[in-house]
Amino acid sequence: MKVFEKTKMLTDAHMHYCPGCTHGIVHRLVAESIEELGLQEKCIGIAPVGCAVFAYDYFNCDMQEAAHGRAPAVATGIKRCLPDRTVFVYQGDGDLASIGMAETVHAAARGENITIIFINNSIYGMTGGQMAPTTLIGQKATTCQNGRDPAVNGYPIRVCELLATLDAPYYIERVSTHDVKHVIAAKRAIKKALKFQSEGRGYTFIEVLVSCPTNWHMRPVDALRFMGEECTKTFPLGVYRDKSEGKE
Amino acid sequence: MASITIDEKVCKGCGLCANACPKKVISLSEHRMNANGYFVAEARNPQNCIGCAFCAIMCPDCAIEVEK
Amino acid sequence: MSKILLHGTEAICEGAMRNGCRAFFGYPITPQNEVPEYMSVKMPQIGGVFVQAESEVAAINMVYGAAGAGIRAMTSSSSPGVSLKQEGISYIACARIPCVVVNIMRAGPGLGGILPAQGDYFQATKGGGHGDYHLIVLAPSSAQEACDFTYRAFDLADRYRVPAMILADGMIGQIMEPVELPPMRPLSDIPEKPWATSGHYGKDRRILNSLIIKPEQLEPHVNELQRTYNEIYANERKAEQYKTEDAEIILTAYGTVARICKSAVDQLRAQGVKAGCIRPITLYPFPDDAFSSNAERADCKAFLSVELSLGQMVEDVRLAVNGKKPVYFYGRTGGNVPEEEEIVEAAKGALGKAKSEL
Repeated sequence: MKVFEKTKMLTDAHMHYCPGCTHGIVHRLVAESIEELGLQEKCIGIAPVGCAVFAYDYFNCDMQEAAHGRAPAVATGIKRCLPDRTVFVYQGDGDLASIGMAETVHAAARGENITIIFINNSIYGMTGGQMAPTTLIGQKATTCQNGRDPAVNGYPIRVCELLATLDAPYYIERVSTHDVKHVIAAKRAIKKALKFQSEGRGYTFIEVLVSCPTNWHMRPVDALRFMGEECTKTFPLGVYRDKSEGKE
Repeated sequence: MASITIDEKVCKGCGLCANACPKKVISLSEHRMNANGYFVAEARNPQNCIGCAFCAIMCPDCAIEVEK
Repeated sequence: MSKILLHGTEAICEGAMRNGCRAFFGYPITPQNEVPEYMSVKMPQIGGVFVQAESEVAAINMVYGAAGAGIRAMTSSSSPGVSLKQEGISYIACARIPCVVVNIMRAGPGLGGILPAQGDYFQATKGGGHGDYHLIVLAPSSAQEACDFTYRAFDLADRYRVPAMILADGMIGQIMEPVELPPMRPLSDIPEKPWATSGHYGKDRRILNSLIIKPEQLEPHVNELQRTYNEIYANERKAEQYKTEDAEIILTAYGTVARICKSAVDQLRAQGVKAGCIRPITLYPFPDDAFSSNAERADCKAFLSVELSLGQMVEDVRLAVNGKKPVYFYGRTGGNVPEEEEIVEAAKGALGKAKSEL
């Protein structure tokens, strides 16, 4: 008996991500969750600009590819017009927390009934390793080559904590992909968010810590360790809002 | 008996599967490359597989199927 | 059917809603605030969607999403806000998502002023954002046309799968005139969109995208867009000709200025000057045939383009006239609208100059 096979919510296309980048894991978790909840027939995904720009080739449902940072606005347009569809947004940290911060905050403040999957790998991957709004203090990037200096570059933005100051969001959680246990927990959170959306509960936001071995200049396994040991210090895992549990 | 099947065409040789395997079933090949130039993961000690699927859970490319 | 008194912006909204528009996304900016205000009341009454976006950038991307999902969607703004929308419009053009964008032009550049202008002609007709693309651009010159052209813009956008723009100066936006409204078109009457991403799975799935990274694929895509623009050019050029049959001096203008020019033509004729007026209705595609046919007439001596700008449409007029007759320009900017007498004098001056140079 097969205990693990690839979900049909992913296409047969081979993903373009670098070896060991855990974007692919998150794609699988989102796709499996949609399939397990039976939402695949009426589902529309929004791809961002950044490493996940080709996500429209991987998810086996209708996809729109948005301009840089604008995915929550695109999702708002779709979901308001077709409220019975499942609308999910997949964005990286540069897309969501830098150029798209206005769209991010306002979609959350309006309580749009959409699910946002936020990939935080603390770097601009696709463009070659520039500093992101989430780059850790001291972490090296091609635009802060001696490491992020708060005096010059400011501090990393904690998006879950920021969005949790708003009234409307229904569910906000930060998860990680640095080991099996955390990947399983990430799946639980993503599935919960999509289920909440299908029940019309409102805005759901899952931040997923992801590795970037290429631009962190680490072996894939070392990148997982760095994520677990360092990234989680700046970006503590946990539930920041869950109205179903009374957590405001 | 539990077993894994690795799709070598898709494998990028990142080693996250081998790192996750509690029974040291998987290793990266030192010799065999796929068409993309990656040294592929292979089940070197298949008899030890317990079908936990940890390898598949950590594989970013959905390259592993697990049977039990 | 009887006429009702409507504001230009309200006429735009009615034209949209009566031809199936069921989603409006906007952001406040003078002089078009009445559009989002009117839509915020009316859209919910007809089962439509209204969202006041956080910015013009967000509004155009909401249009991308909604129109991409197959809904007739519109956004509205004024010059500085339309500049902000250009990124989204370029993506929409590449992804071939039909929608309608309204620009009630104010004076620029920069934050400029809030009074009427036509300084966005280049932006509207030459693409506006990055890359090779065009919008269909319609220029109403009355509240009735504001309604009718917006109605028509949705059909044109859908037919060709291109974004369409209503380009009106602030005067047309703010005018109050009697309007005969078209009947409300049932949504069932609007053709299906077999490309719309409204939720499909597996082999039926659809993608809307403007990233075409392989040169061997992007070039055919851009060429396909160009073929569409060529088709639009062949089918949709439209202009009104007013007393041009025997005109020696042909004024040309769109929007508010065209109305003043037609009065100027009457005054010139009363003074014995054979004047006429060409009013482009489609600014893209530009109705060059109306100009070239007049330019070839022996008794036509000169053209005078009158604009609320420093000379933008005049470039298309020169291309259309193609050196056959002299083309002159008279413009006002900063929110000032020329008086009829100014135009009469400019026309006489242009005609005199043309005759003296013969």
